[in-house]
Amino acid sequence: MTTQAMNTIDPAIELQGRRGQGLPRRLALSLGPPLVLFGVFVGLAYSISYLILSPGRRWLFPPPHEIVKNGFLNGRNLHEQLTALWDTAQVSIVGLLIAFAIGATVALVMSQAKWIERSLYPYAVLVQVTPILAIVPLIATWFGYDFTARVVVCVLIAVFPIITNTLHGLLTVDSELHDVFTLHHAGRIERLVKLQIPHAVPDVFVGLRVSAGLSVIGAIVGEFFFRQGTPGLGRLLDVYRAYLETDLMMSALLFCVALGLASFLVVGIVGRQLTKNWYEEGNR
Amino acid sequence: MGAEARLADVPDDAIDAGRDVLSFRSAGKIFPDGTEAVRDISFTLRRSEFVSVVGPSGCGKSTLLRMASGLSPETSGKVQRLVENLGFVFQDATLLPWRTVQRNVELLAELDGVRRSERERLAREAINRVGLQGFEEHYPKALSGGMKMRASVARALTTKPPIFLLDEPFGALDEITRGALNEELMRLYVSEQFAAIFITHSISEAVYLSSRVLVMSPRPGRIVAEFEVPFPYPRLPELRFDPDFARIAGEVSHALRKGYE
Repeated sequence: MTTQAMNTIDPAIELQGRRGQGLPRRLALSLGPPLVLFGVFVGLAYSISYLILSPGRRWLFPPPHEIVKNGFLNGRNLHEQLTALWDTAQVSIVGLLIAFAIGATVALVMSQAKWIERSLYPYAVLVQVTPILAIVPLIATWFGYDFTARVVVCVLIAVFPIITNTLHGLLTVDSELHDVFTLHHAGRIERLVKLQIPHAVPDVFVGLRVSAGLSVIGAIVGEFFFRQGTPGLGRLLDVYRAYLETDLMMSALLFCVALGLASFLVVGIVGRQLTKNWYEEGNR
Repeated sequence: MGAEARLADVPDDAIDAGRDVLSFRSAGKIFPDGTEAVRDISFTLRRSEFVSVVGPSGCGKSTLLRMASGLSPETSGKVQRLVENLGFVFQDATLLPWRTVQRNVELLAELDGVRRSERERLAREAINRVGLQGFEEHYPKALSGGMKMRASVARALTTKPPIFLLDEPFGALDEITRGALNEELMRLYVSEQFAAIFITHSISEAVYLSSRVLVMSPRPGRIVAEFEVPFPYPRLPELRFDPDFARIAGEVSHALRKGYE
């Protein structure tokens, strides 16, 4: 009996072995190609600045080192942009957290009965298909131009993926697992807490990852439109545009990208840490 | 030694609470979409009796088991359970992937409201019983298919059910693992003396494990033959090479083929 059990452990050991030795190789494989492509992009940017544009029009597409010099190495500009980045980051993080709270709650409610799902789903879709720029003026009228209004924009743009992914996770539990709970007379809440919610965690993070990027977009779009209140990256971009400071527009753009990327990565890492023990990707 | 082949004969008297644990009386199931899964099923499962049900795939074997458990109520006739505590083992291990082996095995006791220290003890005991000691803190994804099934059986053992319902539990495993788990099941049956309905499409597995084999026809599934398997327990793997074993297996196989006609 024990020997039988010992014989069957192999897969576990094999799995760990593969994970251990593969890390540097996997890192090289995942970082290598994008880095090569990055070099190509930088080269392309230089050729646009120096080969295509005449010196008089070079300000339209400043070469990369000018962007670095004026945007990142100039103390005053850097400070201005970092302050704006922090401001935008706060808006998008708070927006994402509220979107998560609302989205997860709506999904939980929808999972409880088909008729609730059918009643609510069309409105969730409506929120999703409403062009965000079309609703921003109304939001400004209702909530003003500051923090609250910008957070509302983030929530509107980020809530839908959380609703759909969470709902998907709650509703795709294997029917035999439900049978196990049914056979032991599990109630609605117990089923939700011990079966459906844990099962939905990986899906929740799929939704959160998409929404993290969207929330950053929402924060910037809101500021860009409002043109008032605390200056975030969106407002800064608008100011730079007014002065035709293309180099600073580009560095601010890079900060926007960095913020979006950071949100995406942080949510991804948290999700993976929470589910790494048990979740087998691609197995559902 | 002789197996008597006969059509299912059902006594008309009421079931005997001392002797029987489960009875089907002309039970049938028609799904809401109009599909007739099984028709006119009658048999009685006695205390500590191991009954196998063999039949072609899609004949309603699993439906029969779900009717026995109450998961899928009969639409005609009557299914009566004299005990409520059932051990249901599915073809998949149906473990919760986010729980360790220990916590998975505790699940049923937890759902039944058993307090923590008691259910931890029950789980440890059941884990030892199926030979999974040392794997308590492993997650299902780190286990082989055979070990997952062991954990699943351990989970069912924690409630000490007088009836086990096994739905092709080892059907997805390789031949060697399957053989080992059949031995294990035999050992558990001999020591725990539960009654069991075992669904399979392997004739030799059915004859080897059971004291009675029911043969079902293609859909709508009916019981077309019933065989007593008189070998005493515990049975040894060598039994499979016994001429009497081969003869009974042959008769079951014949009845299975006849069911198609």
